[in-house]
Amino acid sequence: MEDVIIGLEIHVQLNRLQSKMFCGCSTAYHDSLPNSHTCPVCLGLPGSLPVINRKAVEYGIKVGLALNCNIEGETLFYRKNYYYPDLPKGFQISQYDYPLATQGHIMILGDDGAERNIRINRAHMEEDPGRLVHAGTIDKAKYTMVDYNRCGMPLLEVVTEPDLTSPKEARVFLDKLKSILDYLDVFDGTQEGSMRIDANISLKGGDRSEVKNITGFKGVEKALSYEITRQKNMQRRNIKVVQETRHFDELRNITVSIRSKVGAHDYRYFPECDLAVMRIASWVPAIRAALPELPDVKRERFVKQYGLADDHAKSLTSEIKLANFYEAVAARAAPKLAAVWIADVLKGELNYRDLSIESFKEEHMAEIVQMLEKSTISEDGAVQIIRNLLDKKGGTPREIVLALGLCKAEDDAVQKAVKEAVAESAAAVADYKAGSERALNFIVGLVMKKTRGKADASEVHRLVKEEVEKV
Amino acid sequence: MITREDVEHISWLASIKIADEEKDELVEHFNSILEYFHQLEEVDTEGVEPTYRVVDLANIFREDVAYESLSQDQALKNAPRTENGYFKSPRIV
Repeated sequence: MEDVIIGLEIHVQLNRLQSKMFCGCSTAYHDSLPNSHTCPVCLGLPGSLPVINRKAVEYGIKVGLALNCNIEGETLFYRKNYYYPDLPKGFQISQYDYPLATQGHIMILGDDGAERNIRINRAHMEEDPGRLVHAGTIDKAKYTMVDYNRCGMPLLEVVTEPDLTSPKEARVFLDKLKSILDYLDVFDGTQEGSMRIDANISLKGGDRSEVKNITGFKGVEKALSYEITRQKNMQRRNIKVVQETRHFDELRNITVSIRSKVGAHDYRYFPECDLAVMRIASWVPAIRAALPELPDVKRERFVKQYGLADDHAKSLTSEIKLANFYEAVAARAAPKLAAVWIADVLKGELNYRDLSIESFKEEHMAEIVQMLEKSTISEDGAVQIIRNLLDKKGGTPREIVLALGLCKAEDDAVQKAVKEAVAESAAAVADYKAGSERALNFIVGLVMKKTRGKADASEVHRLVKEEVEKV
Repeated sequence: MITREDVEHISWLASIKIADEEKDELVEHFNSILEYFHQLEEVDTEGVEPTYRVVDLANIFREDVAYESLSQDQALKNAPRTENGYFKSPRIV
């Protein structure tokens, strides 16, 4: 799909903050009644005045630096004027000229398996609009219901250059961005609607369409794929793709045209006269110095320090908590083996149960890896222990090994006893071969005696029969 | 020059209905306002840094502390129409 051109605008809620962008309303509005987290400022009541949340600007700078952007020494807010019920003031406080951060880039793994540089045009701060609830679908609803709890939430809008070439690459880019935001501890992606995406899509030589308000990473791939198919079909039928805004309907998995007469120049941007300029150049060195080790650097370190395969290092560094978990385990057990078991097995078992890494104890994983290292347990046994710890909760790996008899050494002892017993029972073997099924019971008894009754009788019966057949 | 079409477009952007007979009057008003502002073009601004505001304030911030919000009842008090705790608005797409 080398003829597809995609650029993204990603709206990220800086939802690790306590309060909104320009007022002190709490950001913890999820699971609350509609319109229970508002005040005169975010309701746009006359006479109210916004004041900038200092920490929101610091968070914005953090993200800008992590995306390799230039941070502007002086940055300011603008009014973006549009009349729509999601913003009761009649304008959105956003940025325009002199945005917070410009001209960055991040590396992603492209569809062809090579590293690709995706340029970031800018990252700017703005306030989130309220949430509109439509009775039925957006193009059929008779009226709109509005909840202003979200209105005024601190948002960072990250705008890419049109450097992405497929829906899958867009997904990979978003995964990377999410991972960086997770490392910076400015964003909680588990909150509903915390990342919303507008995508510009065109086929080479055609006009672009903008698909607005896609939520969720799966939504992006679906919306982009739908839109590309739609544009290709139009091309095939010689219909011109017109530049327009479309809405992604998650329920029906299609995009629908929103006939908008508002052009970019109709926003009539002008500087927000209620807010002072921000001179932030002096903030940058300290924020830069406090940046954590970011995913790419950590991944390279994991490869070097622990001798990991790049795939494993990448998987383990996707989330900061997982990376920390791995390092804690690797400090106590074979690092390479730990990487395989955490990245390939534990992660899958967690995903299957929709659990996070916090559901598993570091010391339990270290213990499991140690037992694998010493071959005390089999690989199947290790998987069983992990599943047991996740499903039953309580107990330690060692207790589970004993309770389920997962010790490999014990299995070996049974095998050994079976071999010995068969060798010592030439007469019984001859009887069995002559047709006496009952002759086996004598040998089974002998095995039980040798293992002091610890072995499972029916299992021993099966093993004995197998062994005798070989004689 | 502001035209009748401009006035119609601006009224649409602002969601304000304007009667037909008011339009010509507004065209005149808009144009006289613009003319008035054109006087500024007579001032020589060569070498003057653009400015966005009359006072040179910078870095006015608040700390990231949450305060108590209005109750749902208080928030909805001035709304002409509500439903189940939501503001109700005509559909605008």
